[in-house]
Amino acid sequence: MSEPNYLTTDYTLQSWFLTTDHKRIAILYFASLIFFFFIGGAAATAIRIELATPQADLVSSDVYNRLFTMHGIIMVWFFLIPSIPNTLGNFLVPLMIGARDLAFPRLNLMSWYIFMLGGCTTLFAILAGGIDTGWTFYTPFSTLYSNSYVIVAAAGVFIAGFSSILTGLNFIVTIHRLRAPGLTWYRLPLFLWSLYATSVILVLATPVLAVTLLLIATERFFGVGIFDPRIGGDPLLFQHLFWFYSHPAVYIMILPGMGVVNELVSCFSRKPVFGYKFVAWASLAIAAVGFLVWGHHMFVSGQSLIASLVFSFMSFVVAVPSAIKVFNWTATLHKGSIHFDAPMLYALAFIGLFTIGGLTGLFLACLAFDVHATDTYFVVAHFHYIMVGGMVTAYFGGLHYWWPKITGRLYSEYWARTAAVLIFFGFNLTFFPQFILGAEGMPRRYHVYPPEFQVWNVLSSGGAAILAVAYLLPMFYLGYSAFFGARAPANPWNAPGLEWQTSSPPPEENFETQPVVTREPYQYNEAFEAEPQNA
Amino acid sequence: MPEPPAFASQFVSVPHRDHTAELGMWLFIATEVLLFGGLLLAYFVYRHAFPQSFAEGSRHTDILIGTINTAILLTSSFLVAWAVEVFSPATVRIVTWLLVGAACLGLVFIALKGIEYSGEYDERLVPGVDFQFGGPLANGVQLFFIFYFVATAIHAVHMLIGICLLLVLAIIGRRAPTTRHHAALHSAALYWHFVDVVWIFLFALIYLPGRASS
Repeated sequence: MSEPNYLTTDYTLQSWFLTTDHKRIAILYFASLIFFFFIGGAAATAIRIELATPQADLVSSDVYNRLFTMHGIIMVWFFLIPSIPNTLGNFLVPLMIGARDLAFPRLNLMSWYIFMLGGCTTLFAILAGGIDTGWTFYTPFSTLYSNSYVIVAAAGVFIAGFSSILTGLNFIVTIHRLRAPGLTWYRLPLFLWSLYATSVILVLATPVLAVTLLLIATERFFGVGIFDPRIGGDPLLFQHLFWFYSHPAVYIMILPGMGVVNELVSCFSRKPVFGYKFVAWASLAIAAVGFLVWGHHMFVSGQSLIASLVFSFMSFVVAVPSAIKVFNWTATLHKGSIHFDAPMLYALAFIGLFTIGGLTGLFLACLAFDVHATDTYFVVAHFHYIMVGGMVTAYFGGLHYWWPKITGRLYSEYWARTAAVLIFFGFNLTFFPQFILGAEGMPRRYHVYPPEFQVWNVLSSGGAAILAVAYLLPMFYLGYSAFFGARAPANPWNAPGLEWQTSSPPPEENFETQPVVTREPYQYNEAFEAEPQNA
Repeated sequence: MPEPPAFASQFVSVPHRDHTAELGMWLFIATEVLLFGGLLLAYFVYRHAFPQSFAEGSRHTDILIGTINTAILLTSSFLVAWAVEVFSPATVRIVTWLLVGAACLGLVFIALKGIEYSGEYDERLVPGVDFQFGGPLANGVQLFFIFYFVATAIHAVHMLIGICLLLVLAIIGRRAPTTRHHAALHSAALYWHFVDVVWIFLFALIYLPGRASS
């Protein structure tokens, strides 16, 4: 048995559920997120099975409404938003900056309990009968007409929001105050720049959602018309408040993925990230400009043409920093010594899928095209390319890359590559046909459709089956590796980041001695290669 | 018994810990600003749409209690600031009394708020419970009172949390005041001042429209 690490210090149940160790809290989050991912995935499966035929043969329209609402709410708030920040971020932020823990370890544990309370509340709403409003809770349907458990679901999301806020707050303070000696801002791994930008959004946008949900619950509970046009209330005000949070939330769901891809592309090209400062500031630019584009969700809502023009323009502007990132990853690959290890396959898949998702986002930012594509499968395909093709792929890539550090074990490279390739093909087969369906006019959120759309829907459902298998595979080979895999060396990728300079898995106190940083990040091609491997 | 360490192991010194805690509280206040900001945005949208109704609604609020409560809250904030200023092991007694005094003023505020609410209930001005208002401005007045109740209720919840914080600090600080309590007091004071500032905004938005021109 090797020296004690954070996994072996204590085996009792309370040492897990009362831990303040950021690494163990990351594991708690990880386990919870797998659970929610499968619940959201089950709803998606039911949706795709229903859509395999034009008729309604599996569920009624009412149940279908509840299925896609459940899929959206669970996946957005209980998987995507906490995914990379709360698992990989929780685990890696202190390790990457050479700190003993996050600034507020007890707050970190509290945020997990709040998250679980919010998750259980939402689960209760689902088990009690579900919600049929869509994840967007649009008024006046959600306040006046829906007969489902809107207040309970809104309460669940409201509660989970505080977990987001506390995590974001913890990351910002930690990155500001706990960096190791010599670790200046421009020496930070780019993963931390993107987590920092993400945290800013978490802290500044989430409270607006909180107060909006509070108003919804008040309106429903007391029967007062805050957004009810009959007494002069404005349903559009709800949409403004909702998207003021929910569009920045899209960047909460992609920035951490971009951060992970920086680390992977650099490591498996054996080169520093091209244009470090541009990539770093691009993250903050996305976070800042991302607050000014929410109206592009409302082009057909009846908002003024001037507003639509400005929001359209800003949506084009926010594409610039995203494009900078894609170009810089490509430039990083250029003349790199590229290794196609499993994490790199995920990173490359991310770049391709994110580019498609981003470019179709520009289509939708065009006022004229958006009028045609609003509420069609084109929009569905677009945001799934960003969130699933982008974020979930990056999450899997990061999970594989840091798996040896987290568990101290190596996984099967063969199976990992198989899963990566299957995910890429399964994903494209699922969602590319939806672009075509949307362009041809198939609206979202219906469980029946004209027969001429069936070919593309069958392809999409077939792809979803492949995707489901591909997402299940890591459960098996990563699960096997966690218990029976070969022991991982401290630095299996021969990477210069601080997290690789401690043992795998790290000891409870992270580092035996306080690390001191003396060089720029990503120095793959210089002195580092000459050093002996810790293996 | 071994002394507990003065600061947790992720920090390098006591000032390091205290500055970190303070930054955390400022960020929390930033998040709170956006929470109230969303609410104020809704208020401004509706006030812009129904200026006369909002002026009319405002004239039905109790400006006497509102003004007294503003004075009470400002005094309470002053006591907390005083406690932060004079905090030292030698001034335990006065700090304790200042904090208890500030918390008591907070409770008086809540009590007056309750009296104000019951007055509005008697005047049938509580939307969703009992709201009767005649005339063409009724709908806008109802929107005003929805905002009034939601905003003051959220503010009151913040007050209650602040009162608990002040009382807990008064109790633990009395036993063994350390630098840690000073840092905690400093953060709690920031929070208490923030709640105070929110009230200043609410006071102006709730009680003052329509008072000068009737």
